[in-house]
Amino acid sequence: MRGALTVYRKELADYFSSKIFLILLAVIYIVGLSFVFISIQDIKSAPTSTNQSLLIKVFIDEFIYLKLFTVGEILNFNFVSFLGIFIPLIGIMFGFNAVNSEKTSGNLSRLLSQPIYRDSLINGKFFAGTTTIAIMISSIIFVIVGIGIRAIGVPPTSEEILRIFIFIIICIVYGTFWMGLSMLFSVIMKSTIASILTAIPIWIFLVFFWGMIAKALSDVFAPTGDTSTTADILRNQTIWVNIQRVSPQYLFMEATLILINPTLQHVLLRPVSTNALNKMLFNPLSINQSLIQIWPQLVIIIAFTIIFFAISYVIFMKQEIRST
Amino acid sequence: MNNQDIKKNEPIIIAQNLTKNYNGKTVVNDLNLSVKKGEIFGLLGPNGAGKSTVILMMLGLTEPTSGSITIAGFNSTREPIKVKRITGYLPEKLGFYEDMTARQNLKYTAELNFIPQKEIDSKTNEVLQIVGLEKNKNQPVSQFSKGMKQRLGIADVLIKDPRLVILDEPTEGLDIKIANQILENISILNRQKEITFMICSHQLNLVQKICTRIGIMSKGKMIGEGRIDHIGRGLFAEGKYRIDVELSEVSKAVLNKIRNIDKVISINQNENLLEIICDEDVRPQISKVILQSNILLTRMNIRDSSLEEIYLKYFKEE
Repeated sequence: MRGALTVYRKELADYFSSKIFLILLAVIYIVGLSFVFISIQDIKSAPTSTNQSLLIKVFIDEFIYLKLFTVGEILNFNFVSFLGIFIPLIGIMFGFNAVNSEKTSGNLSRLLSQPIYRDSLINGKFFAGTTTIAIMISSIIFVIVGIGIRAIGVPPTSEEILRIFIFIIICIVYGTFWMGLSMLFSVIMKSTIASILTAIPIWIFLVFFWGMIAKALSDVFAPTGDTSTTADILRNQTIWVNIQRVSPQYLFMEATLILINPTLQHVLLRPVSTNALNKMLFNPLSINQSLIQIWPQLVIIIAFTIIFFAISYVIFMKQEIRST
Repeated sequence: MNNQDIKKNEPIIIAQNLTKNYNGKTVVNDLNLSVKKGEIFGLLGPNGAGKSTVILMMLGLTEPTSGSITIAGFNSTREPIKVKRITGYLPEKLGFYEDMTARQNLKYTAELNFIPQKEIDSKTNEVLQIVGLEKNKNQPVSQFSKGMKQRLGIADVLIKDPRLVILDEPTEGLDIKIANQILENISILNRQKEITFMICSHQLNLVQKICTRIGIMSKGKMIGEGRIDHIGRGLFAEGKYRIDVELSEVSKAVLNKIRNIDKVISINQNENLLEIICDEDVRPQISKVILQSNILLTRMNIRDSSLEEIYLKYFKEE
């Protein structure tokens, strides 16, 4: 345990002083702040706006802090969907060279000849990565909330604070998931280039293309057309959503959107008429209900994080250390 | 600590019937080895003889297929942490964190050995002084030359106050001057700090001069163990000595006289050069005979030929 702590401290110091950390932090701050300023503009103009959709999106007195994260949109992207894409990249960057870089640099055999258990190394690295991700994400979210307090002038409610905290936790878990995956590659693969060239395409595939593939597949299994009944369309939708759930990014989006939008009651229930929309708007879910909705998504992400870490752990522990 | 119980000249490393197979290929084959405390033991052999594998098994980084290895009474496979607490290891492919300074690298090693925080600084300075890098301690390792890295490696090993230090190819890729400096350092440490050293190398000529005893490995087997002169004799002349004598002229009489010396087995004459095979070192008797015969002695030496022959036979095979 003490060995892991030493490794943890060293890795943490390494991450914080690394260029990649600074670059990722800069990107997440630039994007996050841009979104929050757009959000604040929208929120401020909403009471006087005649734009119906904007009014619907921003209702003044409820969950205004949560709106900070979703209202500001650039090309149909909001801050949450940006995180859904960007957090995996952070995770990959902190995990892809965890073990194999030590091997190629010749540090591994030197470290393992010290009186520490072998798992200290991988545990220390894993928790240092998780901590770094946690610090990055919570710092930007706290900054956004801080700007919100300054701009809006009302303090956040306790429920909002709670939801934001859970939101942060989901982001961290999601980042850790990707770190676990790329760490697995770093254990299996000898070269750091190979492990990053495996992790990045998987990220691109799951984040950008899986939705399209899911759509195509759902159209194959449950075709819809002009004559389709509501049941047909619903079936198509259900299949589409379920296939999309293979992608952790989709699970993350589902979980965070329900959490951040208390008015969104179920992922499958999309407002179909203004009437329905109005009903939804003013009947937000309680936090318990929101959590029940997102629990499965959360459990799956956590489970896979643990599975990936466990596999890397076992492989690393069993690996023969060779001198060359 | 248990290692204190081991007195000088008692074995600190004991390997018994050590065997290791990698994917069906036997890398180490029924190896027996014993290294005494206070020795500098050279485990020599060509590349691929299985030396590194033996080291990895000593440190518990690789499990032997069969057989056992103990270091200071601790079983390497079952109690690797205890072994690693008293054993320093300098790997063949040595690496440091390039962007960290020499001092930071050593500090990390010290922390991994749980050296108390307040002792780390003085300890770091001490070991850097030993290897002569105290001026470079705040320089990032990326600026270090190969020789400096190797010296830093030795400092890194020393920081844990080891009883036993295992060096894997410590002179590989270094120019001869620096290699000799490092070997010199090792020899001094052995005397001053009473650290037992085990040096693995394929550079027989370079390394053997500081070794008190060597073992020669070839194809996973230990083919000879002991003092270098004895080993050669054991391997090549079946325990016999060979003395080369060059004379100003060779007469029948002197040949006969030499032949009559006790323990001399045969003489091979090549013009003025005699190759004398004998059971013991009979150089004094030979010189006496020659002087009595009024012949001038040009040259006489007992051939530690074994070294060259060992080299040619086992090290040049690849």
